[in-house]
Amino acid sequence: MNTKTLVYILKRVLLALLTVWVVITVTFFVTRLVPGGPFMGEKAISPAAMQALEAKYGLDKPVGEQYVTYLKDVVTKFDFGPSLKQRGRDVIDVIFDGMKVSAKLGLTAAFSALIAGTILGSVAALNRNKFIDRVIMVITTAFVSMPSFIMGSLLLLGFAVKLQWFPANGAAQGGLILPVITLALYPMAYITRLTRSSMLDVLGQDYIRTAKAKGVSKFKIIFGHALKNSLIPVITYFGPMLAYIVTGSLVVEKIFAVPGIGRAFVNSITGRDYPLIMGTTIVLATLIVVMNLVSDILYKVVDPRITFE
Amino acid sequence: MAKFKMPFSFHVNMDSFIPATAQEKEYMVKMRPSSTFFKDGVKRLLRNKVATVSFFIVIIIALSSIILPAVWPYSYEQQLGITPGKPVDASFKNLAPFEYGETELERKEAGEFVFPHIFGTDSAGRDYFIRVVYGTRISLAVGFFASLIVLIIGVTIGSVAGYCGGKVDLVIMRIVDIIYSLPDMLMVILLAAVLNSALETAISGTMFEKLGTNIISLFIVFGTLYWVSMSRLIRGQILSLREQEYVLSSRATGAKGGWIIRKHLLPNCISVIVISTALQIPSAIFTESYLSFLGLGVNAPMPSLGSLASDALNGIKSYPHLLVIPAVVISLIVLSLNLFGDGLRDAFDPKLKN
Repeated sequence: MNTKTLVYILKRVLLALLTVWVVITVTFFVTRLVPGGPFMGEKAISPAAMQALEAKYGLDKPVGEQYVTYLKDVVTKFDFGPSLKQRGRDVIDVIFDGMKVSAKLGLTAAFSALIAGTILGSVAALNRNKFIDRVIMVITTAFVSMPSFIMGSLLLLGFAVKLQWFPANGAAQGGLILPVITLALYPMAYITRLTRSSMLDVLGQDYIRTAKAKGVSKFKIIFGHALKNSLIPVITYFGPMLAYIVTGSLVVEKIFAVPGIGRAFVNSITGRDYPLIMGTTIVLATLIVVMNLVSDILYKVVDPRITFE
Repeated sequence: MAKFKMPFSFHVNMDSFIPATAQEKEYMVKMRPSSTFFKDGVKRLLRNKVATVSFFIVIIIALSSIILPAVWPYSYEQQLGITPGKPVDASFKNLAPFEYGETELERKEAGEFVFPHIFGTDSAGRDYFIRVVYGTRISLAVGFFASLIVLIIGVTIGSVAGYCGGKVDLVIMRIVDIIYSLPDMLMVILLAAVLNSALETAISGTMFEKLGTNIISLFIVFGTLYWVSMSRLIRGQILSLREQEYVLSSRATGAKGGWIIRKHLLPNCISVIVISTALQIPSAIFTESYLSFLGLGVNAPMPSLGSLASDALNGIKSYPHLLVIPAVVISLIVLSLNLFGDGLRDAFDPKLKN
């Protein structure tokens, strides 16, 4: 690692920190636009109770002071305040509970997409312009342009309602199979296309020709030389993939009734539970920003040929 | 004249200098009609069969979504079972395709012609075909206008940043960097959720009320978040274009910055602008349907393809066609718009491919 690398990493970290701060700030001030403030429910309450509530949550203080308190609580204690609809629970507890299920769902989907996508992409690249390549490309094009909620609904209809192979309820035994498939299909298709094009690129390189010329077996060329280098571009997709899985899980958890953070988020939107909306947005956004940062840095560090600007 | 050829002779062959005959001249002139950049592009586009077919699919869907609601005998909000002064006729609810309600059957037996419900009706007894058509219209319109907003804001900011350079460029590009690294969907959901209730009081009584808070907040969201990639693209183009000699000469004759941008720089970016707008439309449609599916889209009873699919989820066991139809339509629209946009890009600016 030289100074250029370090400067680059430092710059990216600063940008990420700035982004997280912008997310928190935007979230805070945007939710102040709501008439009555974010901590007010829909029901009318007596002025005395209102005052007590305002005092309890510090809403009687000037906005600037509220902002500083919120920022401090979020950054130092992960404290997003209490949930409005789920009485007596803090937002962070709701998020943490949902995260347990959602992380399992998301990680399984990410890893299956990665494995299946790499295999399919390599197969397509090695059989370039043959029938199997065409089939893979057509299928992935279809998957890429199908919105996740359509995919989820159709899978639910086909495999849970009609064929009854899998349960329709995400909380049931084996209920995560369909949600995982729904979430994994789009990233899988994307990784397939990414792997295919970069594999084709690598296979045309001089060192592959050298390996062929000295008589290395085809198997060894692919797994020893080609695959490693053609997977480097896939690293850049880690960030966007997480972003896709997070946003996708919102609808997927709604469709399959998975008790995860996505469903909590969607319910908090319809129930106008603003502290929960704020908390979930900040946590998920930070997650995505961090993942983007990691994949960006990893990409530059893994391949020494990549130069810095 | 001697026809014997002397390969090493320096003598000039006089045959080569005979004036051309009229016939020969005509042959030279007939070469090829001159072609413009636009014509060339269209030619390349038409040669791309996938893109052409997608284009016609989009046109057919768009035209039918505009024309059909005007001529269809049912409207998207008309609950067929409800006639003023009579009890609600429940037989109109959830009809299968080409089924009729009880009163309609009576009318049919009396020899009257009753227009069929091609896709049946939904749970409130509304003709589903016209709801899908109307939802398509809403989705297409939202996609189109949202892209227009993105286009205007992105081009303006991008060209200012590219042309001015220096500190202005630096500040704008840092803002762009931050917005670019924001997780867009989450911000969209947050803004849509908050603006929905914040706008409610602000727009009541104005002309925007009919449009509904959700669509307006959708446009605001697009205007604030999605312009960044467009402005990045335009800035990059303008940065290289502004070093050209014709810009220098224009400036030397006293042209102002705004004039140079409008008359010289933007016309040269037109292919980039058109292509990225074309690719923006399907992504805007996608975002709209996603938000509608989460319940943040258009206000009821107005349908959009996303909200139709979302509503259909409740009755998925008994009435799966209510889900499948909007799902197919939306996939078709997004797929063909994407393929057409790709074709447009290949035809007009192959350099953009990566």
